[in-house]
Amino acid sequence: MKHSLAPKQYLILLAVMLTASFGDSLLKRGMSQVGAVDSHHLGLLFHAIFNLNIVAGIVLLIGFFACYMVALSWADLTFVMPATAFGNVMIALLSRFWLHEHLSVSRWIGILLLTCAVGFVANGPSRTEHSPESDPFAGPRKPSSLARMDSGVGL
Amino acid sequence: MHVATRLLAWSCIGLVACLAIAGEVLIAAAMRQVGDLDDIRAHSGLPGAIRAVLTNRIFLTGAFCMALNFFAMLYTLSLIDLSLAAPGIASFTYIGNAIAAKLFLKENVDRRRWLATGFVCAGVYLLAK
Repeated sequence: MKHSLAPKQYLILLAVMLTASFGDSLLKRGMSQVGAVDSHHLGLLFHAIFNLNIVAGIVLLIGFFACYMVALSWADLTFVMPATAFGNVMIALLSRFWLHEHLSVSRWIGILLLTCAVGFVANGPSRTEHSPESDPFAGPRKPSSLARMDSGVGL
Repeated sequence: MHVATRLLAWSCIGLVACLAIAGEVLIAAAMRQVGDLDDIRAHSGLPGAIRAVLTNRIFLTGAFCMALNFFAMLYTLSLIDLSLAAPGIASFTYIGNAIAAKLFLKENVDRRRWLATGFVCAGVYLLAK
């Protein structure tokens, strides 16, 4: 049985990629403004929550979390993981073609590897089949869900 | 980088990665237990889908781990450059997640997925170089 994702499900994966990358970048920008936090002043972490960049980062990461949970409800963790990694490629491509930054050869190879990784996984099943006996977290299964499953045979 | 600083940096990276792995595996387990959210939303509406997720204990434990991961991440980013922290945490998290998914979630992590995990780690390392 060959699986296929609906266009809406691809959009969810795209949202996972974009919100995670931009959210992390905003957090880093915010923490650079807040300054270094040492173990004696951990309270500064709570002040960081009022920084605008941190707030924007948190909003994006909440969006990421919602999309991530939706994706995990119909796909395996090992299927969704490379999608989040592909966000790094998007940031690199944006910096090259939008910000006109220089990308070294090693970064182009990194982009190629991440694209291959997503290609490998995207061609496989989104959820591998589990027998109810062997799956400790087996939830409700409907015929529509089963139709999207695959036996999970490797390369 | 000084040895003590380097040790602290990699300890922070390891801690953030461990919390991320625990959180993601628990949330994945919870979402599998809950079932397809699109189906639940179609049947009981958005409030029903939210209630199904928020009343799951495994999800709450996973969310707690992710909250700890968030503050550990903020602490780490205040000490280390994003160019070291992001690929370090990402690489450890991808490998740890693949192992944990096979061990605890009983996912069929076939050759294709192991290969993808390896490519992701190498790709993230090269991007951050």
